[in-house]
Amino acid sequence: MITCKLTPTFRPARSGSRTRSKTLRQLDREGSVVRTFGLAGLVLGAIPALGGCVNVSAPDKPIVIELNINIRQEVIYRLAADAANTIEENPEIF
Amino acid sequence: MRSFMVKPFAATALALTAMGALGFAASAGAQSRDPAYSAARAAGKVGEQRDGYLGVVGEQGNDIRAMVRDINNKRRALYTSKAASLSSTIDEYAFTTACRLIAETVPGEKYQAPDGSWKTRGSGAPERDPKCP
Repeated sequence: MITCKLTPTFRPARSGSRTRSKTLRQLDREGSVVRTFGLAGLVLGAIPALGGCVNVSAPDKPIVIELNINIRQEVIYRLAADAANTIEENPEIF
Repeated sequence: MRSFMVKPFAATALALTAMGALGFAASAGAQSRDPAYSAARAAGKVGEQRDGYLGVVGEQGNDIRAMVRDINNKRRALYTSKAASLSSTIDEYAFTTACRLIAETVPGEKYQAPDGSWKTRGSGAPERDPKCP
């Protein structure tokens, strides 16, 4: 079984000296921008990951079940002589 | 003159012998294959399957299909009772019988190869399942 693991790639929010001077409102807006990029990164990261999935499809040919699967070899040998007699004794149906 | 008298007697004896032989053949025939079954086998309309039952080869009329069904019902009944007495499955007994029946086919008759295809028996050995004894 093959499983695909989605690994989101988050970009670290750049925080520098400029952040200090920003107002709380600006910070909040920047935060939402970072979250948006983060989500985009998650989606972008998922695309190549999905491409790497191995698709297992059902075979187009029918599945053949072996007819003689329940025939036991040792039993065949044991029955051989009796089967020969049966044929000889019932010639009208064989 | 003498030989002239002997000839009709010899002819009568010959005729009686022939009638006796015919009568014997007729009584033996009652227990052997039905003429319709023998003809269908010889014509390749029916064949021995790999599972111990008779098969209809190709498209055949209702009479042939009914005959095959009747024979197979009798075979199944026989396989069932034999399998029970020998502690085997019906399929195992039927399969073992099939091995023998395919081996006993005569040239011109049809039989089923291990892959399920119909083959016409030639002068050589038939294609049988490797599990056959």
